[in-house]
Amino acid sequence: MSSASGTSTGATKPSSTRAKPANKVESAADWVDGRLGIYTLAKSNLRKIFPDHWSFMLGEICLYTFIIIILTGVYLTLFFKPSMAETVYHGSYVPLNGIRMSEAYASTMNISFEVRGGLLIRQIHHWAAIVFVAAMLVHMMRVFFTGAFRKPREINWLFGAGLLFLGMFDGFMGYSLPDDLLSGTGIRFMEGAILAVPIVGSYLAMFLYGGQFPGTDIVPRFFTIHVLLIPGIMLGLLVAHLILVFYHKHTQFAGPGRTEKNVVGMPLMPVYMAKAGGFFFLVFGVIAAISAIATVNPIWAYGPYRPDQVSTDAQPDWYMGFSEGLIRVMPGWEISVWGGHTLNLGVFIPLMVFPLVLAVIWLYPFVEAWVTNDKREHHIADRPRNAPVRTAFGAAWISLYLILLAGGGNDLIATHLHLSINTITYAVRIGFFVVPVVVFVITKRWCLGLQRRDKEKVLHGRESGIIKRLPHGEFIEVHAELSAQDKFKLTAHEQPQPIELPAEVDENGVARKAGVLAKTRSKLSEGFYGESAQIAKPTAEEHAEITSGHGHH
Amino acid sequence: MSHDTSDNMPEAHDASHGAVATHGDPFADPGLPAHEPRRTDIDERAAKRAERQVSLLFIVSMLATIGFIASYVVFPIDEIVYIFPIGHVSSLNFALGLTLGVALFCIGAGAVHWARTLMSDHELPAERHPIEADDELRADVIEQFKTGAAESGFGRRKMLRNTLIGSMALVPLSGVVLLRDLGPLPEQKLAHTGWDKATPQNPIALVNMNTNKPMKAEDIIQGSLTFAKPEGLEEDAEDFQVQIAKDALMLVRIAPEDIKDNQSRELGFEGILAYSKICTHVGCPISLYEQQTHHALCPCHQSTFDLADGARVIFGPAGHPLPQLKITTDEQGYLVATGDFDEPVGPSYWERPR
Repeated sequence: MSSASGTSTGATKPSSTRAKPANKVESAADWVDGRLGIYTLAKSNLRKIFPDHWSFMLGEICLYTFIIIILTGVYLTLFFKPSMAETVYHGSYVPLNGIRMSEAYASTMNISFEVRGGLLIRQIHHWAAIVFVAAMLVHMMRVFFTGAFRKPREINWLFGAGLLFLGMFDGFMGYSLPDDLLSGTGIRFMEGAILAVPIVGSYLAMFLYGGQFPGTDIVPRFFTIHVLLIPGIMLGLLVAHLILVFYHKHTQFAGPGRTEKNVVGMPLMPVYMAKAGGFFFLVFGVIAAISAIATVNPIWAYGPYRPDQVSTDAQPDWYMGFSEGLIRVMPGWEISVWGGHTLNLGVFIPLMVFPLVLAVIWLYPFVEAWVTNDKREHHIADRPRNAPVRTAFGAAWISLYLILLAGGGNDLIATHLHLSINTITYAVRIGFFVVPVVVFVITKRWCLGLQRRDKEKVLHGRESGIIKRLPHGEFIEVHAELSAQDKFKLTAHEQPQPIELPAEVDENGVARKAGVLAKTRSKLSEGFYGESAQIAKPTAEEHAEITSGHGHH
Repeated sequence: MSHDTSDNMPEAHDASHGAVATHGDPFADPGLPAHEPRRTDIDERAAKRAERQVSLLFIVSMLATIGFIASYVVFPIDEIVYIFPIGHVSSLNFALGLTLGVALFCIGAGAVHWARTLMSDHELPAERHPIEADDELRADVIEQFKTGAAESGFGRRKMLRNTLIGSMALVPLSGVVLLRDLGPLPEQKLAHTGWDKATPQNPIALVNMNTNKPMKAEDIIQGSLTFAKPEGLEEDAEDFQVQIAKDALMLVRIAPEDIKDNQSRELGFEGILAYSKICTHVGCPISLYEQQTHHALCPCHQSTFDLADGARVIFGPAGHPLPQLKITTDEQGYLVATGDFDEPVGPSYWERPR
């Protein structure tokens, strides 16, 4: 930092006592440091350690596709006209020549057929959005199944889930902008859903659409929300998310030399910079190539939106499929309340289940922390099998999601597999309640089976494939003892015990009843860590007993 | 760090074999494994080869970028080519996408290959510190906060505090109020359609959506589905989209003896029934009709209506039948409507009478 000598001797001496920089780069760095203090910032970060695991690239894909979406999105705004003013198309796509359409649709046609490279950028934008949401979901599954959301990372789970929800809605908005026949159908669906809200539904619909459906405001409004409001919030959340990742450091899986108090991996500079930076280009390259080969959202094939027309196979993008499934499989319950008012439960219930499904994901870390009463920091990731209840819950949740996705695509399933659409819908209705339970039970048992196998491996070694004949004629397979590393990996996990209810009488003999909440918590905790939810780890004594004696193998 | 971390950070494994250095513990942490050199670490020729591979990738990227620019100039925007097995694609889009893809991918592949073969792969441990501050710091900060709070008088002057909270709670309401002019009030807009101008004295003719001509009863063939709009509603009208979203009709002709609902039969004319085309579920237009069963299906969410039975819902998520328009013929024999639907069309809402 600058010394006090500069003030005493005036202009004759430079105000810094720092040694002369060795070259241009150092002197440039010195200049920046004098203004921004970059040396202090870089001191602990330049060689910051990042653990390496293939699953960490899932989060990277999210980040990179987000950047790609922003880059291509800016390009598209240069050509797109967010207006529902009517125009007659006279462009190079002959089948639509002379057709009435909105400026929004016409300019999307223009981007696709008149702007060189416009179609490619549109395709990259849409493909990147699809990959973005998919990567967020899978990244989230990784974090969920390894327990990486536990303290101190709960807040980052909230940020991450918030990004997923905003990403889904921004995708829906972007999909609606071209004002083609398919996207208009989606907007109509949204109006119908809003109208189902009791008491204020018709007001909300009028305010959102600027009058009656479809009106002329919805595309310019969605445009502002799609390119400015939601991406702005997402950018803020993303930065906060990354700052927290940096601050908490990554989790790591148990392994030799890895503890709760260290993080083992390669330094940011140069290895991680090269790998992560390079990976951005890999992702971008692959998405560009996909966009060259596979067409997504060919709006010219759908035609401009008209409220009295529709195409079959009307489908939202896949990540909205579960909400579509909810609306398709719900029975059409409509009741009269307070004499003459209509309560459209058939639409309103799915509308409410939709945020509920998201809220369950959002709040899960806090529920689990409450049930397990675990207030410690966790930096070693769980193997999914070692947390059977959490893993089973996650699997059940995914199965519910997939069931609803099937419900949302019941028309496609019916036409492609030649099934009755009614049968599919009835099956989804039953499956909604049954499948998650079945999946939960199977997954939990599966995890326990894997735990048993781990224990077996630790105690008896792994099968070597060598058959030995003993002197008395018996054939046995030789089991090779695991290496110290492998034994440590398979036994490093914790096995917490369920929390117990306090004694029914306190030390003075006064009866004290546990509340309903405490009882529920104890029950849930028993379910989480009880005898039925984990296989006891091998102990040193068991190991000694088996490996020391004769006749063992 | 003087702060004791043991109660905050769990050990890597539990107490049964928690002491890492315990002699004879079969599950003890053996510590970081020794570094194993890669081929490129010990064989300079392999390292040179890796260097050449990375450079080659970067050179391919450069060529692909040049290819991208060349494609932009060379390929016409309207040329469609057939490429197996993708099908018919725009040659410009295909060339631009693939060259861009290769240019980007090769930079990434080069960087990753460089990192994997030539950069150091020594794993290093870094310490973690607990997020929570130690007790001393915690006490200090709380003390500072208390001083600040006391100096503000926030806790002592209750009236000040309460009115501040009150004003802060109310001020966001102005933002909500400002949203009011986003749109008009619903009033009766959802309840009426373009057919409401029709009266028995001034009936409105049903105009065929495709031919744009009024229809006579004999134009509607039995077992067919015809789409219609009110006379005078033109495509270039300013509010065409809003009007057609409510006015769209579908006409079906069913042998009168097959019509199960008496009221429905009376609203029609010689077996021609005029139903709203807008699904009562969430408002998609219904367009799939099955001639034998007289079932109409909404392609969006598969609500199925029996047009021979007053458009009753027989499957799917719709909550009530399609509204029916009363039709008759005028002196010249053209199909006309003499009034509006007797109930609102489209998705149901709170104020809709039931």
